[in-house]
Amino acid sequence: MSPAIAAAAPSAAPNGSPTGNPTGSPSGDPRDRGGPRQPLLIATDLHKHFAVKGGRGKVVRAVDGVSFTVRKGETLGVVGESGCGKSTLARLLLHLIAPDTGELVFDGDTVGAPRGIAVSQLRRQVQMVFQDSYSSLNPRMPVRDSVAFGPFVQGARKPEARDIARRMLGQVGLDADLFGPRYPHELSGGQKQRVNIARALATGPRMVVLDEPVSALDKSVEAQVLNLLLDLKHRFGLTYLFISHDLSVVRYIADRVLVMYLGRVVELGPSESLFRRPLHPYTQALLASRPSMDPARRIEEPPISGDPPNPIDPPSGCRFHTRCPFAEAVCAARDPLLPAAVGADAHAADAHAAACHIQDPASGHSLAAHPQAPEAPPLAAAGTLGHA
Amino acid sequence: MQSYLLRRILYAIPIAIGVSIVCFSLVYIAPGDPLETVLPPDATAAMVAQIKHIYGFDKPIPVQYVIWLGRVLVGNFGISIADGRPVILEVGQALANTGLLALYAVPLAFTLGYAMGAVAGCFPGGWLDRCVTGTAVAGVSVPNYWLGIVLVILFSVQYMWLPATGMGPDGVSQLHLLQWTDLKYFVLPVITLAMIPIGIIARSTRAAVAEIRNQDFVQTLRAKGLSEWAVIRHVLKNALPPAMAVMGLQFGYLLGGSILVETVFSWPGSGYLLSKAIINRDVPVLQGTILALSMIFVATNLLVDLLQSLVDPRLRRG
Amino acid sequence: MTAVSAPQAMPLQAERSDAQSDAASLPATVVRSYWQSVGYRLRHDPATLVFAAIVLAIVLAAIFAPLIAPYDPLKESIIGRLKPFGWRGHLLGTDDLGRDMLSRLLYGGRVALLMGVVPVLIASAVGGTLGVFGGFVGGWVNTATMRTMDVFYAFPSVLLAVAIAGAMGGGIANGMIALTLVFIPPICRVAETATTQVRSLDFIEAARASGARPLTIIRHHVLGNVLGPVFIYASSLVSVSMLLASGLSFLGLGVRPPTPDWGLMLSTLRQSIWVVPWVCALPGLAIFITSVCFNLVSDGLRAAMDVRM
Repeated sequence: MSPAIAAAAPSAAPNGSPTGNPTGSPSGDPRDRGGPRQPLLIATDLHKHFAVKGGRGKVVRAVDGVSFTVRKGETLGVVGESGCGKSTLARLLLHLIAPDTGELVFDGDTVGAPRGIAVSQLRRQVQMVFQDSYSSLNPRMPVRDSVAFGPFVQGARKPEARDIARRMLGQVGLDADLFGPRYPHELSGGQKQRVNIARALATGPRMVVLDEPVSALDKSVEAQVLNLLLDLKHRFGLTYLFISHDLSVVRYIADRVLVMYLGRVVELGPSESLFRRPLHPYTQALLASRPSMDPARRIEEPPISGDPPNPIDPPSGCRFHTRCPFAEAVCAARDPLLPAAVGADAHAADAHAAACHIQDPASGHSLAAHPQAPEAPPLAAAGTLGHA
Repeated sequence: MQSYLLRRILYAIPIAIGVSIVCFSLVYIAPGDPLETVLPPDATAAMVAQIKHIYGFDKPIPVQYVIWLGRVLVGNFGISIADGRPVILEVGQALANTGLLALYAVPLAFTLGYAMGAVAGCFPGGWLDRCVTGTAVAGVSVPNYWLGIVLVILFSVQYMWLPATGMGPDGVSQLHLLQWTDLKYFVLPVITLAMIPIGIIARSTRAAVAEIRNQDFVQTLRAKGLSEWAVIRHVLKNALPPAMAVMGLQFGYLLGGSILVETVFSWPGSGYLLSKAIINRDVPVLQGTILALSMIFVATNLLVDLLQSLVDPRLRRG
Repeated sequence: MTAVSAPQAMPLQAERSDAQSDAASLPATVVRSYWQSVGYRLRHDPATLVFAAIVLAIVLAAIFAPLIAPYDPLKESIIGRLKPFGWRGHLLGTDDLGRDMLSRLLYGGRVALLMGVVPVLIASAVGGTLGVFGGFVGGWVNTATMRTMDVFYAFPSVLLAVAIAGAMGGGIANGMIALTLVFIPPICRVAETATTQVRSLDFIEAARASGARPLTIIRHHVLGNVLGPVFIYASSLVSVSMLLASGLSFLGLGVRPPTPDWGLMLSTLRQSIWVVPWVCALPGLAIFITSVCFNLVSDGLRAAMDVRM
């Protein structure tokens, strides 16, 4: 095996870090630069607008100023309704589409900059699992060839690539002899997703972006695939960016959660903290709208009213104010910013913050002086939250 | 709706310009000096110089195109080499004669084809269906000029019922469309011309009808208690737009295929004019006829698209 | 004559459920590749096989015409003109110059098949390449290419073929050029549509995400999915090409006499239908039969290949 491929091919980390330990990153990965405290990915102010066809200059603001960090070894969940820009964001992170403005820094190197990391190099370290398991595999190729394509493109010779494909199929729980020669139409949804995961891991990435990987699967299969993902994360010391609209799934798998609305980040924080005590009215509504099996928790009316607004023509000020039960004049006038949750400082990275005037004592919102959470620690955290 | 109409019309303009460029360049792909192709063989030196000046052959090609386009737009298609008459007069007369054929052939093709296709589509898999499908396949594979010859053999040679060639015993100017003495000249050419579109329309209609019958809204109609006949009427109404679209395309076939059929029957239409022009190497007539025919085709396609959007509201967004 | 028609939409197949698939983890049926399953379906389609056999017979008869033909197709005879079937050993009669019809028909098949296949092959190569690159690159390049093709689409095929061949002066080479030009736009369109469809699917993005360059992606992922529809469509064009070519010959724009060619034969014999009508109709019958068989074989191929997996 050529040394480059050997180094890149996934091998089990000697000390698999358990979920939830955000500082553990596999020791011994030769590509690691900057150590465990350096974030693996820093996204700063990403913007991506799409021109509307025939729309006379109108644009869809798919991603409109998104910033966040992803730390080594963690799973960052991204949550939002359809049309909020999650999938566009996923493609921006892999540079499948180029951002209009904004910057990506991967393990300390700026993507696309002369002294930084090239896009082709980025693609050796970040891979993606797509949502639609059907269209993400070439219907004319046996699945083992689909898995082997990645290593082949990155320099392996065909026999080596086939070997890697065999091993990866085994890692995702599919018998390579049985399933390798099969075509995608001969596999179930769950098996196809396993193949997709194998394909993403075949090139030995350090980070995997998963775009709604379990949304199309039956519930029982979904659980299997999620557990597989966790298992693989331990084994290979991976970092995940997990996109989903299903809050229960995200709660199960993510360490930190980022909530998106109309192209913006509205809330960001550790998973347990966000689910227990959501700060942003949108997050609160999302959580409240989950159907519950508990008869005592019945709700009379849907917590959010109205349709999601048009991403071509978003509301002024805070984008959520048209549907927010706490909206006031200041909300229509000024856009609340997410307090800085970026940066390499581990403390700030643990912070739980929302882009909402209520959280900002200087905003003038009637509830702002008394943020909704009654517990003391958030007040201390509120002190560090500046108007960025 | 209006924006769709406007866009569709605007889209047709560059196509028309492209078509005119292709027609213009026919003179230049001809072997030999382009100048010679528009001159009669016995031209004097004075004529040569005059033609050169009028056509502007000494100027660069794009300029020649603009000059040519200018002349064409005011109706000056040049002079026929064979008989010296203005091309536009010949083309106009010929088109009228072809138009007469089309006048009969189009309704015949559409009604027969639609009926056959509807019947076949309502009884899929039955013997009727197989007959119709077989006829349709044959229709698509048959050389229409051969069909014409066979019909002539049958009806003129063996059983002397119908005339073999020509457009009327007294010539074009004396045509009485309602008299059998004249009408009988139409029978064979019209049938020949209509045969292939019948096959194609039958095939498309059959497919459309069979598909529509399987759709959910038909079940709904039945569940509401409509009689089978009423259901069939609904289905046939829905099958009209695709059949119309096919008919529109087939009109283009009629323009093209008329070349061969008219040659067989010596019918003095545009196709016959074209084949004579080929034999005589009469490039101005060739160019003029092709330009006229293709422009008619572009206009017909535009018309069919617009009509279709009127009939089928789903298409208006496109 | 037909205008070249658009290809039909591909049907979708339902996806397997997880329960079904897990229960069938040990495959009950043999796993077949796409091409293997095409072959399987063809083998079990008797109608198509029969017509394919006829096509093969026609092709072989044309290739081995010098060996099979009873007479020299160019040998004229003054006394034996326009004789009916079976006259003195001429199984299918003689033509207006006393030449044996059967021999001329056999030799005529050569030109017919040549003019049927060669333009389609060349047009597939050129149109296919243009369509795949245009569809893959997208943007204004694609728009410009397709708009140019649209201009040629604005002509009915017969008209365009006659216009080009007529202007160029006829002859077999000019006829082939004209037919090739007639077929490039529709094939380009089919290729472009197929490529655009494939290009929007996720596995192409996944291939890009692996770091593959565009040419590699085209070779490994796009072509396999595009060649099928293009091949099906091109095979349906062979009979159209034959009909158009014979039409050109009928008008005097094809082969030059005395070379035997079905369309040309039909044209010269037209005057003689009053003498031996059915002998004169024979060349057209040959065109018809060959064209029907090619059409049915192409339909059978489409039925075998057109299953979306």
